[in-house]
Amino acid sequence: MNEPVARRTGDYPSRAGPYGGQGSSANLADILERVLDKGIVIAGDIQINLLDIELLTIKLRLLVASVDKAKEMGIDWWEHDPALSSRAADGYHSLAEENRRLRAEIEALREGDELPPAEDEDEERRPAPRRAARTSRAKRAEPRPRSKRRDES
Amino acid sequence: MTATMSYAYAVARDDDDTLARALSGLPGVADAPVHLVRQGEMVVAVSPVPEQDFQESALRAHLEDLEWLESVARAHHRVIGALAERTTVLPLRLATVYLDDERVRQMLDARQEAFAGRLSELTAHTEWGVKIYVETPAATERPAAPPAAADLSPGRAYLSHRRAQRHAREDAYREAEEVARRVEDAARHHAVDRVQHRAQQGELARGPGENVINDAYLVPVGHAEGFRADVLRAAEGLTGVRVEVTGPWAPYSFATPPETEPMKRAAP
Repeated sequence: MNEPVARRTGDYPSRAGPYGGQGSSANLADILERVLDKGIVIAGDIQINLLDIELLTIKLRLLVASVDKAKEMGIDWWEHDPALSSRAADGYHSLAEENRRLRAEIEALREGDELPPAEDEDEERRPAPRRAARTSRAKRAEPRPRSKRRDES
Repeated sequence: MTATMSYAYAVARDDDDTLARALSGLPGVADAPVHLVRQGEMVVAVSPVPEQDFQESALRAHLEDLEWLESVARAHHRVIGALAERTTVLPLRLATVYLDDERVRQMLDARQEAFAGRLSELTAHTEWGVKIYVETPAATERPAAPPAAADLSPGRAYLSHRRAQRHAREDAYREAEEVARRVEDAARHHAVDRVQHRAQQGELARGPGENVINDAYLVPVGHAEGFRADVLRAAEGLTGVRVEVTGPWAPYSFATPPETEPMKRAAP
């Protein structure tokens, strides 16, 4: 997954080799997050900068960006957009499906007296919406007090 | 002839007239040849684009089209990469479009000082991407159910398997925290600045596992190899976590100066 690194000897003219994040094979997501989100913003003559790009390409940006992040910012309309939510819907359905199956199993076990009451109750309740779980996990995996975010500008 | 406008890619300093060579034969956006608009030592890489595609309403519509966006984004990136091989560049955001080259020159003239200042700060630095992935049990196809203890009923065996899975997932996230700490420590010895990108969790984010950290570091050219090696070492011995390093990139994420103090580099 990691492409060869450009050989460098510390001076620009002598530098050669792939540059700019693996050249033509660079991951589109990596490129888009840089060319759309980063770089210097100057109002050109065609007034479609910053805010316009923010708003108009949000569907595309969501293909790249964290859905959790967008939700944190209160953006969640795509969940109602069938074109975008197919994956989420699948996840939801499979969770609902799993939930139902687990509930049935627990019920069956209780009837058969093989399961102490409520011992594994949390297994049943747990399949809450996946996003909630993911958000909390993502937070735990972010141990950085000194972090600074510049990507909101 | 269709009417054209001027698409601007990046700003750079070109005091020895060598940049034009880097661009010769390189197709820009819409496959047009790229040239330099000059003001003193400073240049902007520019290419003509068809007016009908880059006027406001057309551009809006196009930006919603992933195929169109990808081709423009890759061309934009290609031109910036070619320049970055030779010199320090300040990438402009995608689709910065002017009516003509003269308007580009005016823009450059008006902002020359600010550009020059940031270019000096970024000289001999490159950007490196560091992504940390958690390879959750679900994603890594662990051997399915552990052999159930003989005395467990199928139902309880199932539940205990579920619990084991959950614990494995929690372990993986704990490992990811540890790796993030190690990456940060390693990076502090080499990098001078960091910008955090959103974690990639969408359709375009490929690769197994869930991306939990997606950062860009600004690294002095002489530290690049050490940075890369040390960061990659951070996941050693931890099976549930993967570290991916991409780069070198032109300093996209650092083109705009930080509002806060840069990261302190630890003494070696």
